[in-house]
Amino acid sequence: MNRLKQLFDKKDKDILSVYFTAGYPTLDATLKIAEELQNAGADFLEIGFPYSDPLADGPVIQKSSEVAIANGMTLKVLFEQLKSLREKIHIPVLLMGYANPMIQYGVKEFCKKAAEVGVDGVIVPDLPMYEYEELYKDDFIDNGLSNVFLVTPQTSEERIRKIDGLSNGFIYLLSSSSTTGKALNVSDEIGVYYQRVKDMKLNNPLIIGFGISDQKSFERANQYANGAIVGSAFVKTLADKDDYLAHIHDFIKGIKG
Amino acid sequence: MGHTNYRVTEKGYYGDFGGAYIPEMLYPNIEELRNNYLNIIAQPDFQAEFQSLLKDYVGRPSPLYLAKRLSERYGTSIFLKREDLNHTGAHKINNTIGQILLAEKLGKKRIIAETGAGQHGVATATVCALKGLECVIYMGEVDIERQAPNVARMKMMGATVVPATSGSKTLKDATNEAMRDWINNPVDTHYIIGSVVGPHPYPEMVSQFQSIISEETKKQLIEHTGSPSPDYVLACVGGGSNAMGMFYHFLDDEHVKLIAAEAAGLGVNSGHSAATSVLGKEGVLHGSRTILMQTEDGQVIEPYSISAGLDYPGIGPQHAHLHKTKRVEYVSITDAEAMDASLLLSKLEGIIPAIESAHALAQLEKMTFKGDEIVVVCLSGRGDKDLNTFMKYFNL
Repeated sequence: MNRLKQLFDKKDKDILSVYFTAGYPTLDATLKIAEELQNAGADFLEIGFPYSDPLADGPVIQKSSEVAIANGMTLKVLFEQLKSLREKIHIPVLLMGYANPMIQYGVKEFCKKAAEVGVDGVIVPDLPMYEYEELYKDDFIDNGLSNVFLVTPQTSEERIRKIDGLSNGFIYLLSSSSTTGKALNVSDEIGVYYQRVKDMKLNNPLIIGFGISDQKSFERANQYANGAIVGSAFVKTLADKDDYLAHIHDFIKGIKG
Repeated sequence: MGHTNYRVTEKGYYGDFGGAYIPEMLYPNIEELRNNYLNIIAQPDFQAEFQSLLKDYVGRPSPLYLAKRLSERYGTSIFLKREDLNHTGAHKINNTIGQILLAEKLGKKRIIAETGAGQHGVATATVCALKGLECVIYMGEVDIERQAPNVARMKMMGATVVPATSGSKTLKDATNEAMRDWINNPVDTHYIIGSVVGPHPYPEMVSQFQSIISEETKKQLIEHTGSPSPDYVLACVGGGSNAMGMFYHFLDDEHVKLIAAEAAGLGVNSGHSAATSVLGKEGVLHGSRTILMQTEDGQVIEPYSISAGLDYPGIGPQHAHLHKTKRVEYVSITDAEAMDASLLLSKLEGIIPAIESAHALAQLEKMTFKGDEIVVVCLSGRGDKDLNTFMKYFNL
């Protein structure tokens, strides 16, 4: 049974997801960070597999990807590391990254491997609906993986409905049309957009991401959605290679209040 | 009639290649373009202004010149399509004129573009000055240092040049930065991509604007030879915009042999090359499925060529298709071969070519001709911008 579904059955608000880049700040940091986040109270995790040209990302995640690649992180290495994922990690885990490394690995093989090590879902921002449906959907479904799509303030209602129909985990609601790591848009307009999507009563839970960096932005997101994702703000705290685990508890506490 | 279809499908595919692999944040921008560009381009007032600017501002039609001494050397008739005589010195302006008019029709107030060597940046800054639109050019930090005169040209025409400091700090990173800018400024900004790359409809749109090259060539060939069909057409390929423009109207004429010259740099297997069709594998780059140079893990490899306009790690999706279907033959030309060809054309014809274009000329050395064959080479740009490289290389 998909752990994401179990989580959403149990909990429908204040869900906290945390993104971090595999192999950053050190190659072997991946599982250590995951375990620390679980202990600190994160509800699910998004582990980024790095790409040399992350065009939807701002400077913080770009930098972490660059360092991770230099550290030797590849999909092969990551799946090797994740072999022991489920020894200690019980919360849902998604992989997040760009289409090219996944295609190069082989999408079928990627999905098989991900399911094997206990991954629950995948987020690939530059894999659009049409290509997913035509080329890859069966590989995801056959391996019980949730594929997560993004929705922005500019996404039409018709398109959101289509995304909802194709989704089987949650919908990743972007706080604004921007790259990652920008400050959250707190205008009334954004509230109207959140409310509009909330009122559509979609089948999938809504998780808000991009620009969530503190308790205030986390709480605001939870007024409209089932939870929120913290990415850049967390990755920023990991820069110190010798001491990256030290601040994780405080950071998560600071978000959840 | 039984032959492969080389044209784009409604979903933006050329065979297995193309599409729009873009994050949702770019979807509305791309959708707006896709829904409107064909209609806008077809409008009579668009066409009237486009044609008039091409004639009076760019200086079209560009001549098709029978290069007599070059022809004698190779023992056949060689015509040069003189895109180097265009305003700003290369074919790039055909596309920027088209896209600036399109941006105007779409009501955009701000233009962004990426540039490698600076040729597309200059061509974009030029049309922005012409139309009085704000212009922001992303250029790799490394390229800004290497191409100072072009940076100065852009600035003189009022453009802001923003250094791309991520990744390898060259063309591919400038492209990433431009895409990020577009994600963050989705409403008032148009992104003028400079080559036949990027998400659909860019490859098709840029091809169409560049197709004026082959359209004119066919007419000019009739004047020169009585027939619109040559035996060979040659062009260089980085992303591949001059080649697509040069091949466009010949694609369905299967008697015409099309040859695309890629930059082999120091040698295809030297580790310092940009020969994508040989070294690349299928994948996704800058929004389209194509062939690109990448590691086993799918990380993009930084290419190398002495010519800054050819060191792009991918080729346009239509090129990937033309390569796979073998409609076009892709050949590799080293730095040394291209430099020799530059010098040869300069000495035989009094024309100093861009090093990019010299890659196409260098292929002539490797071919044997029957004597009465007609060959067209796209001279995509002039060599003024490369003088520093020539001076160093030839000790001038």
